[in-house]
Amino acid sequence: MLHDVISIRDFEKQDIERILALAEDMEPLARTGSDLAKGKILSSLFFEPSTRTMLSFHAAMERLGGSVIGFSDTDTTSVKKGETLADTVAMMERYSDAIVIRNPLEGSARLAAEVSRVPVINAGDGSNQHPTQTLLDLYTIRKEFGRLDGLTVAMLGDLKYGRTVHSLAYALSMYDVSLVLVSPTELRMPPEVIRHLEETSVPYDEIMRLEDMPPVDVVYATRIQKERFADPNEYEKTKDAYRIDRSTLTLLGDAKIMHPLPRVSEIAKEVDTTPNALYFTQAGNGIPVRMAVLALLLGVVA
Amino acid sequence: MRTKELKVSAIMDGTVIDHIAAGKAFTVVKILHLDQTHETVTIASNVPSGVTGKKDIVKIEHRVLSPEEVSSIALISPNATVNIIDDYEVVEKRLVELPDTIERILRCSNPLCITNHEEVRTRFNVETKAPLAIRCHYCERSMKEKDVLRVLG
Ligand SMILES: [Zn+2]
Repeated sequence: MLHDVISIRDFEKQDIERILALAEDMEPLARTGSDLAKGKILSSLFFEPSTRTMLSFHAAMERLGGSVIGFSDTDTTSVKKGETLADTVAMMERYSDAIVIRNPLEGSARLAAEVSRVPVINAGDGSNQHPTQTLLDLYTIRKEFGRLDGLTVAMLGDLKYGRTVHSLAYALSMYDVSLVLVSPTELRMPPEVIRHLEETSVPYDEIMRLEDMPPVDVVYATRIQKERFADPNEYEKTKDAYRIDRSTLTLLGDAKIMHPLPRVSEIAKEVDTTPNALYFTQAGNGIPVRMAVLALLLGVVA
Repeated sequence: MRTKELKVSAIMDGTVIDHIAAGKAFTVVKILHLDQTHETVTIASNVPSGVTGKKDIVKIEHRVLSPEEVSSIALISPNATVNIIDDYEVVEKRLVELPDTIERILRCSNPLCITNHEEVRTRFNVETKAPLAIRCHYCERSMKEKDVLRVLG
């Protein structure tokens, strides 16, 4: 069993299945609370602000009956004074039973896990990994459709820099799924991910226009960031071409729409009240999934 | 043939790295930090060779390369051979072979990698040997031969 949750690459299918099943068990406790992790302390080390993710971990720990210590702003800690990550982790592991860490440097969570004797959860290491996001994405799809096998999932927008879609594609490749990759040429899925899809025999299609979308079960939309474009006009054009609103929604049939949030303008507000919108449910699923991960690593469930 | 043998093994004791890909001797010098040694180092570049047409040779006196150093040579010249010399004789011939993991000798090409910001022993997993592709154990970025050569300088 996993000692830490650092990267989706460390997961075998059975690890994922275990967490998804456990997350289902956590659903009622996510509303009522529990004392499964009573007396346990989670260190929450947020070296860069990410309020949503942080609060989701804190809420999950509280629902398990445990408590949280830590920081969310490096200004107030010795980190600014030049303390190394390794030293910070070595100190915090003595205060707590598990550590959740977010740090913009890639590989920081892996290093933390090597330093720490208590389990470490990666809540984002730069553009590398954010495994609990991937787990909650999988959980959301499975909860909605009752399965992952046999589904067609479209990924839309910035597939080049979108860490979320890389990890999701990687995780989905353990299942019997088909992918549709929708992006402009400049933001196509990296060759490395494509190679992995081929090695694992995942059928995929690459298309450029939303109008060419075949029937799919899920559309996973991503943020298209301005910084990725040299030409601001190109950004505006791309952003508009992949925007989901009432009119483009007709191209997507019954497909459920997911998004890691926060969105900018990828999905129009008018879509929120349609049966297609799954993104708020998806965000809410972060609680039972993170409860499952915490409970498992803390060793408070069988 | 006789004179060439002599040239290769004409150090009293130490290491002779032979059959280095032509032009790569200076990279070998760099990764083994031979530019900082006080021992005698002899570099021969573009030496005519029957097997590959041209080759480079590096001789280091009074120093036996560690297995880790030997494997690092494989990164830049997989066909090189390493001869350990004692009393003018080749006492051991080692084929350089790329290990499954490469520790310490390389730095990661990703500027945002934690290994470039904290004192961490670097570690790369070799994914494919030819063409070379290695993946950083920390940031998970992969490096190809050209990236490896770039970080080797
Ligand atoms: Zn790295």
